[in-house]
Amino acid sequence: MQVKGHRWHSGEVAAGVANEPNIMTIAQRDNSMNCVLDANGKLVGTLPEFARDPAELLKLYRALVLTRTFDAKAVSLQRTGRLGTYASSLGQEAVSVGAASAMKLSDVFLPNFREHGGQLWRGVTLTELFLYWGGDERGNDYAGPREDFPNCVPVGSHPPHAVGVALAFRLRGEKRASVCVFGDGATSKGDFYEALNMAGVWKAPAVFLINSNGWAISVPRARQSAAETLAQKAVAAGIPGEQVDGNDVIAVRAVMERALARARQGNGPTLVEALTYRLCDHTTSDDASRYRDDAEVTRHWPAEPLVRLRNYLMAAGHWDKEKEETLQHECGSALKQAVEEYLATPPQVVSANFDFVYADLPAELAEQRETAIAGARGVA
Amino acid sequence: MTELSLVQAVNAALKRAMSDDSSVLVLGEDVGIDGGVFRATDGLFKLFGEQRVIDTPLAEASIAGVSIGLAAQGFRPVAEIQFTGFAYACIDQIANHASRLRSRTRGRLTCPIVLRSPAGGGIKAVEHHSESPEAMFGHIPGVKVVMPSSPARAYGLLLSAIRDPDPVIFLEPTRLYRAARGEVSDDGKGLPLGQCVTLRSGRDATIVSWGAMIKEVLEAADQLAVEKIEAEVIDVASLKPLDTATILDSVGRTGRLVIVHEAPMTCGYGAEIAARVAGRALTSLLAPVERVTGYDTMMPYLRTEAHYMPSVGSILEAVRRIMAYS
Repeated sequence: MQVKGHRWHSGEVAAGVANEPNIMTIAQRDNSMNCVLDANGKLVGTLPEFARDPAELLKLYRALVLTRTFDAKAVSLQRTGRLGTYASSLGQEAVSVGAASAMKLSDVFLPNFREHGGQLWRGVTLTELFLYWGGDERGNDYAGPREDFPNCVPVGSHPPHAVGVALAFRLRGEKRASVCVFGDGATSKGDFYEALNMAGVWKAPAVFLINSNGWAISVPRARQSAAETLAQKAVAAGIPGEQVDGNDVIAVRAVMERALARARQGNGPTLVEALTYRLCDHTTSDDASRYRDDAEVTRHWPAEPLVRLRNYLMAAGHWDKEKEETLQHECGSALKQAVEEYLATPPQVVSANFDFVYADLPAELAEQRETAIAGARGVA
Repeated sequence: MTELSLVQAVNAALKRAMSDDSSVLVLGEDVGIDGGVFRATDGLFKLFGEQRVIDTPLAEASIAGVSIGLAAQGFRPVAEIQFTGFAYACIDQIANHASRLRSRTRGRLTCPIVLRSPAGGGIKAVEHHSESPEAMFGHIPGVKVVMPSSPARAYGLLLSAIRDPDPVIFLEPTRLYRAARGEVSDDGKGLPLGQCVTLRSGRDATIVSWGAMIKEVLEAADQLAVEKIEAEVIDVASLKPLDTATILDSVGRTGRLVIVHEAPMTCGYGAEIAARVAGRALTSLLAPVERVTGYDTMMPYLRTEAHYMPSVGSILEAVRRIMAYS
């Protein structure tokens, strides 16, 4: 599937157009598409620097496969009553992995609830993800990326946090950046616009990435906004916005690397719209067949991100069936071990729910804590 | 010791906190060169510069949201929301994020922010400028709610709020900004959060209040003394965590309780205090608990505002009623 793409440049005031001297150009659009591989894995763009190293591409491919394997396992655990409601990332893995792979570990990731791929790339463990989705707060106490934010569940309320994190970097003179990921629905929210605006004013080193998967639960992209692209929402904030083929992990990483470099150089924030498709239900509690035609899903399957990279790697001689089998086996083993670890982790003691409300337990809460420990709710 | 108004005490505390700790930042609408619409941040911009005294675009939710990001990174942001009527936009950020960042991450990320905002009526302001939302914030687990009633307490409590490791909603009684003046020692000493202050001792009745209403309560206590009724006056100061012990101890001695607040009665913070007293000191009570509060109406526009505000007279009547109860 060829995705049309647009890049928006803002803040460029033209001298005037012939015969209409009073018209200022405040935004210019070019139709250059950020796409490197087409749906079949054929090279249609220029390979960015990192992609010339096959080892880098293999790392990306492994991350995509691990994410999808995790996803399938999470759904099956939920279906068998061993995990809570789960938001799958099926079909959108390249957005998340592409973004995280462009980041430095010292950057800060602020994800929505569908960025498992990016979290895994940054060192959140499979076990931590299972704990989180299994309803255990300890899943957010990442051993790896200590400064990354936990998932933002109230949609689109975390872009302001990314601005705060980025402002902290700027104030300390650190060459770090924050990356905030949210869906197309989130771009309808006030917090999103506020954050873009503030980040623009302060030239905050933040990159805002839209996982534009076409659906906000049951509301399709067309009924989310009359804006032709979501990337153009950057124009009003005076920051650059561009679209990328979100199923092309190479392109996502390239665009994110560029945006992150801009941010680190003190040139401010960028809005990136990654066009992808939600091949799954919204969550395991959702039944998309109530509002979405199956034919639409079928139509989007050929453009999904894993096959195209695999095809490319195979055609280039970097991958084969045997390697694929080995990788599948490795991912399966890693998942098996993580599931065992997760299921073997006993729930937290009841006092834990009180011990992190404040740094110091106030008297009134201490009393409630004692009541809870004494078994007030009758839970064994 | 210097005599300061309440808003000057706020300013002194901010200055002190910023001098002591370079991670303390001030941000909000017009807090920079203008020094805040009430001048609470006056002079800070000149002293500490635009890196630490940050004028924000006009977006209250994001003032709170950006503060959360800064706090997670180790800064101690003191955000000003120009009037509490505009702070409702921040409740999503406070309730869904600031309050629970510590709990959600099991202590990995924390949120030591202070959200300062002028609160309360009686200042003949335009609509939305006279709100008393303390109970709304008090209902959110993970935040603390503080409301001073004098310059010295504004200074000491604000310092403690800024140094506190958790989010604090700091409501400043607008009506007392300039009306309340008193000695403040700019010694950098904080006053403990979660502790009531007994402003006047008495054996006959306990009057509990906070914020600007303390002024009327003290006036009422003076008049009651003329009638040979000795009222004990408690300034709650920290609504959350609430120092229940001091209130219970007082009611245990007086057997009578009047709670005075400006916010509407229903689901007001007075209900929480009354419930605690009923639950733990019922046998000490010699009369029903009285609440003197704002009505369950919108805060009226300025021409009829005085009809809404609890008055010295209404406090006196309540105390006389419970004294006559048998």
